[in-house]
Amino acid sequence: MAEIVIENAVKKFGKFTAIDNVSLTVHEHEFLVLLGPSGCGKTTLLRAIAGLGMLDSGRIIIGGKDVTYLAPRERGISMVFQNYAIFPHMKVFDNIAFGLKMQKAPKAQIQERVENAAKLLHIETMLDRFPSQMSGGQRQRIAVARAIAVESGIVLMDEPLSNLDALLRLEMRAELKTLLKRLGVTTIYVTHDQIEAMSMGDRIAVMRNGKVLQLDQPTKVYDLPVDQFVGGFIGTPPMNFLHGHVHQNGAGYVVRLGDFSLTPPQDVHPALAQQRDKPVIIGIRAECMEPMKTASPDAVPVTIDVVEPLGAQNLLTARIGQDTIKVSTHPDFTVSAGETIWLRFPENKVRYMDADTGRALAAETEKALA
Amino acid sequence: MSAETFSNAPVSVAQAQAWDAQRRRARIQLRLRRAGVYVVAVALAVWILLPIWLIANMAFSTPQDVRAFPKSFFPNPISLESISFFLNAQGIIPSTGNSIFVAIVTVVLSTILAVPAGYAIARYVFRGRDAIRLVMLSVRAFPIVVLAVPLAVIFLQLGIFDQPFTLALMHTALTLPTTILVISSVFASVPFEFEEAAQVFGCTPLQAFFQVVLPLALPGIAASAILTFVLSWNEVFAAILLTLSNRTLPAHILYNLDKSSDPFKFASAFVMLVPSLIFIFFIRRYLFNMWGQINK
Repeated sequence: MAEIVIENAVKKFGKFTAIDNVSLTVHEHEFLVLLGPSGCGKTTLLRAIAGLGMLDSGRIIIGGKDVTYLAPRERGISMVFQNYAIFPHMKVFDNIAFGLKMQKAPKAQIQERVENAAKLLHIETMLDRFPSQMSGGQRQRIAVARAIAVESGIVLMDEPLSNLDALLRLEMRAELKTLLKRLGVTTIYVTHDQIEAMSMGDRIAVMRNGKVLQLDQPTKVYDLPVDQFVGGFIGTPPMNFLHGHVHQNGAGYVVRLGDFSLTPPQDVHPALAQQRDKPVIIGIRAECMEPMKTASPDAVPVTIDVVEPLGAQNLLTARIGQDTIKVSTHPDFTVSAGETIWLRFPENKVRYMDADTGRALAAETEKALA
Repeated sequence: MSAETFSNAPVSVAQAQAWDAQRRRARIQLRLRRAGVYVVAVALAVWILLPIWLIANMAFSTPQDVRAFPKSFFPNPISLESISFFLNAQGIIPSTGNSIFVAIVTVVLSTILAVPAGYAIARYVFRGRDAIRLVMLSVRAFPIVVLAVPLAVIFLQLGIFDQPFTLALMHTALTLPTTILVISSVFASVPFEFEEAAQVFGCTPLQAFFQVVLPLALPGIAASAILTFVLSWNEVFAAILLTLSNRTLPAHILYNLDKSSDPFKFASAFVMLVPSLIFIFFIRRYLFNMWGQINK
């Protein structure tokens, strides 16, 4: 059993609330990413789970055991630190063996597990070296090997890739994901890098100001952000936000964007009914719009400000009314600045949000809040 | 600016000459600044090295050469006469023994006390931390005489006056502030993450300290121990006040100074100097490294 349950966790530093009543469950074998901007409480939460910082209130249950007030060594976890925290006075072997030695494991078992872990991380030829003779990427591997050698079933990772250069990070990202899946360990992974979160996590918990805003699969978080912050934080470029207005149209509702009308799907109508005659935010991803070079009654005309050819896509910056919008197009869609194009908004790709709170107006969030 | 520099537009002769002159002036200024730095560095080095050289030179000259004038820059012939006379003089060997004993006891006591104190100051924010720091420094702010005279009275009352061990207690009190501050800066340079990692992987806080922090801090602690040794070795005022028959080397030399000859003085000065020189040789690396270099 390696399930982690956090109930109503609260942590304050003086007047600042770092963790504000967080409850979440990490399932066995799951890779959960805590994602958020710096200062959102993600590292504080991870440290609380590790026992490196006590909660002010709430409970932490690991594998069915309440560990809220236990020391780190009594929690049955292992951890990879942001700066690796590899012990410089020990050889690589002793670093990886550290946890096992503290458990007083038999010598043969230590030997076997250290060699296995080193093999998995491709550092089996370096066991006799000191960490100072190794590169940043190799030290990263020692840190991971040390964490998996104890076979605790739970690995906590605090921005483990943030000190690597871009290319190495890309490589380690895929390698770590495969490795941790194969070993079946429960992982909690802290990062501020939304691409890392999207690519690695089974689920992502997006945090801000000490609260978990959304906890869902990466695609769900991406396609159906729970509010304007999540939509803007995840994705490159971030989700576009346009200012529209809700109007009643017979029995249903339309959202007017200048002279243009969008027809929201039926399940949003109850939520829109409460916003009648009020402004509303229209959220749409850059790649979700259909750009066209000819006018069409179901498309909005926009004027292009900037064209950025990025190889895999052409990124257009255009203006609709007072709003700026980023549109990702196929590289063959050749336009230049100053031209007018027409954008079609597919009904199921548009996310409507409350103009005051930024919260998504959608059936599932209404349910979640109820 | 860059548009000017890289354009191929024709430049007038006057303009080109002006640029040339400007560049020459800048180059001269740069050289003058560099020369200035060297002059200051050489002056500082001479300021410190000249007396040391003078002492060493005289210590290894014959007594006749010591009194001769002008003096030669190198001892010629090299003579061990003064040194051996000094070492064989009455009371030198026992007082050297006393000095070594006092210094070693001081090092042991002050290190044992300073390691936990320095660790606490480096790691924990506790009520009164700044006050404790201030009190420790203020011990150094008092003149030694203010401390030594009442202590001499207390030691007399306790019947432990005129003993090397008692002097070592006094030296421990004197060196402790410095030792604690140096050792706390050594601990501060060991990242706290190491301790946390050790605790996650099964250590109690105490085990984490002994397994991870102490080995990493050991070179710095050794350096501070050598510093303490030299402080005790060189200390003379408390040594004179607190001992009569069991004098340490500097106290013994100082006490007999007006009765001794010039060659004897130079030889004694040289013998006193040697431990400090050896100390600086070994400690140099750690003094440069003391603040925040153990990350790797």
